[in-house]
Amino acid sequence: MSKRQKRFQVLAERPVNKDGFIKEWVEVGLVAMENPNDPKPGIRIQDGKVAELDGKKRPDFDMIDTWIADHCIDTSVAQEAMALDSLQFARMLVDINVPRSEIVRLSVGMTPAKILDVIKKLNVVEMMMAMQKMRPRRTPSNQAHVTNLKDHPVLLAADAAEAAFRGFSELETTVGVGRYAPMNALSILVGSQTGRPGVITQCAVEEALELSMGMRGLTAYAETVSVYGTDQVFVDGDDTPWSKAFLASAYASRGLKMRFTSGTGSEVQMGYAEGKSMLYLEIRCVMVAKGAGVQGLQNGSISCIGVPGAVPSGIRAVLGENVATVLMDLEVASGNDQTFTHSPIRNAARMLMQFLPGTDLIFSGYSSVPNYDNMFAGSTHDCDDYDDYLVLQRDLQIDGGCIPVKEEDVIMIRNKGARAIQAVFRDLGLPSVTDEEVEAVTYAHGSRDVPDRNTTEDLSSIDAFMKRGGNGLDVVRALAKNGFTDVAEAVLGILRQKITGDYLHTSAILEGNFDVLSAVNDPNDYKGPGTGYRLEGARWEILKDIPQAISPADI
Amino acid sequence: MKITEDIVREVILEVLRDLAGNGGLGSSAGKASAPVEFKLIGPAKQGVDKNEVVIAIPPAFGTAMTSTIIGIPHQQVLREILAGIEEEGLKARIIKVNRTVDVAFMSHDAAKLSGSGIGIGVQSRGTAVIHQKDLKPLQNLELFSQSPLLDLATFRAMGRNAAKYAKGDSPRPVPVRNDPMARPRYQGLAALLYNKEVQYLNPDKPPEEVAVRL
Repeated sequence: MSKRQKRFQVLAERPVNKDGFIKEWVEVGLVAMENPNDPKPGIRIQDGKVAELDGKKRPDFDMIDTWIADHCIDTSVAQEAMALDSLQFARMLVDINVPRSEIVRLSVGMTPAKILDVIKKLNVVEMMMAMQKMRPRRTPSNQAHVTNLKDHPVLLAADAAEAAFRGFSELETTVGVGRYAPMNALSILVGSQTGRPGVITQCAVEEALELSMGMRGLTAYAETVSVYGTDQVFVDGDDTPWSKAFLASAYASRGLKMRFTSGTGSEVQMGYAEGKSMLYLEIRCVMVAKGAGVQGLQNGSISCIGVPGAVPSGIRAVLGENVATVLMDLEVASGNDQTFTHSPIRNAARMLMQFLPGTDLIFSGYSSVPNYDNMFAGSTHDCDDYDDYLVLQRDLQIDGGCIPVKEEDVIMIRNKGARAIQAVFRDLGLPSVTDEEVEAVTYAHGSRDVPDRNTTEDLSSIDAFMKRGGNGLDVVRALAKNGFTDVAEAVLGILRQKITGDYLHTSAILEGNFDVLSAVNDPNDYKGPGTGYRLEGARWEILKDIPQAISPADI
Repeated sequence: MKITEDIVREVILEVLRDLAGNGGLGSSAGKASAPVEFKLIGPAKQGVDKNEVVIAIPPAFGTAMTSTIIGIPHQQVLREILAGIEEEGLKARIIKVNRTVDVAFMSHDAAKLSGSGIGIGVQSRGTAVIHQKDLKPLQNLELFSQSPLLDLATFRAMGRNAAKYAKGDSPRPVPVRNDPMARPRYQGLAALLYNKEVQYLNPDKPPEEVAVRL
């Protein structure tokens, strides 16, 4: 065009137009949830075994079909569940007179194509109604990312302390440089227990190393055990549902909480979607997780969010996969953890889908550091969005898992986290942490405000720590010896969980006194207005009390 | 740097592309550069020379696709990696891995064939890994996961560091870059490119050694 219309020129510059949008390509599966190539629901049970699944006979089953048929589908209810009209079941999901328990009794007998057929009947408001009723834990909660570009351990400790203090139940870190992993895990362990005892931590890295760190007590849970919806993508990752289930039991047997990870778009991103819709393949992943016996799943597209985000109805499909997870009676850590748009409007709208109904962990996770420091390549919301988030909770009377804090308290807690890790490093013979570093991280916005460390020295010292069998008890001892008795007790409290194992129940989080809150002792009992989780009483008094609100009494 | 006819032509092409209405997203991704001139040497052999680094590329690299996700010509990508390796006084071999475009496995294949045990894998969109043969496939020495952030300087530094690992040094890892906004802009496109790229795979064909004219 030789002459541009001025409104269109303005529109072209809007953030949303920096996003990439792709038209559907059905043949390779670049389509969210409506694909004529998806199978039709159906099941045939013979001698208590699934003989036919969604139009495929057993001899034609691929690896994932076999797994789902043999380990996921509850054959005792399958015929009854599959005979239900999908539309009728979809209506049951939003009917307050049908309790969660009745839905779950039937949904675990359904096939992937049936679950897809049901979810396709729901618009996003209905999906949110389903989520409100179906998430396993009554009390919603939240998870945060704690990372930085420099893998700076002292900053990690301070950031973890602040994130725990702000109310997150779980903290997740990862690395810029792989060999830093144990040091990062150690840093957020100490930081988290300084901020609020009972917050559990993980370090997402290569699986063998991650398991080893968990067994040593440097982490308390794991979540980045990825599963996929087509055989080829599974095999490309050198894995099968069996190997993943084996890994899951390795964690569980050592008393570590764990969930799987999957998400729409991963198969097509990796080039092997077999021409199926993203949501259909993701429902297969959910059922792989269910079949493996893990208590929960992180999904909501996760690291592939740019793919469903680029196609029509993609963000609806992302909520749909969260709903599929709770239909399988699994804990859901519901995404919102990766940047997916330049547009603040799109960003908030996408987050509200999980924030409004509440999920087990609304974000997985919220970036507690500036996004430039987020080594998961950025989350939808970061530390600069805290006040917006707190105001949204207050505006809508929703518990998003974050509590208002005072600046002086945060300074105090960051400083204590940094001093605690300083003491631990000194005691364990790790490279020294200077008082200047402690001061810098206490007041820092992000890693740009802290001095560089000698990375070679850090790396060789943490290698040596791992080689000599360093573990969580060493950390407890170091803290106790250096006057951080309360933090030492909290770290020990986390280690103790691995022996009692109560936090291995579905949707478990720990309260400040190490009491477990899970689907067992805090089951979701939503049955319409006046039931289920309500933000009220003392918790509402805390959440609505944002420091910047003017009090009539002060005027 | 010696200015060759190729470089001049590339620069002109690039300027023309920029002038042609800033291209917009996707217009320069994957194609629109001159193809790389490969010469097939034969089946990729196990290296014995401790002074080599092996670079793995997928079948579409430099042929069906000719530039990275941000439009850097594959020719220049290879030139920078090779230059980085040469700067450290080491040699490079290039192999085409036909069985997978998974950068972890490509680079691990390269490392296993490398006399030094160090390999680099680069996808057509630019995603890259420096690998070592004794690590597990999904581990790495250095991972360059965000293809839209990989520029020529990064590819050269990648070659340099790979050579340093091959010599037994512990180089400072290439500084990690991070752009939270790369995903919203590029991920859908990356999926599109990858789905094109896998159509050129042949799971039964072993890796081949190739020479390039740069």
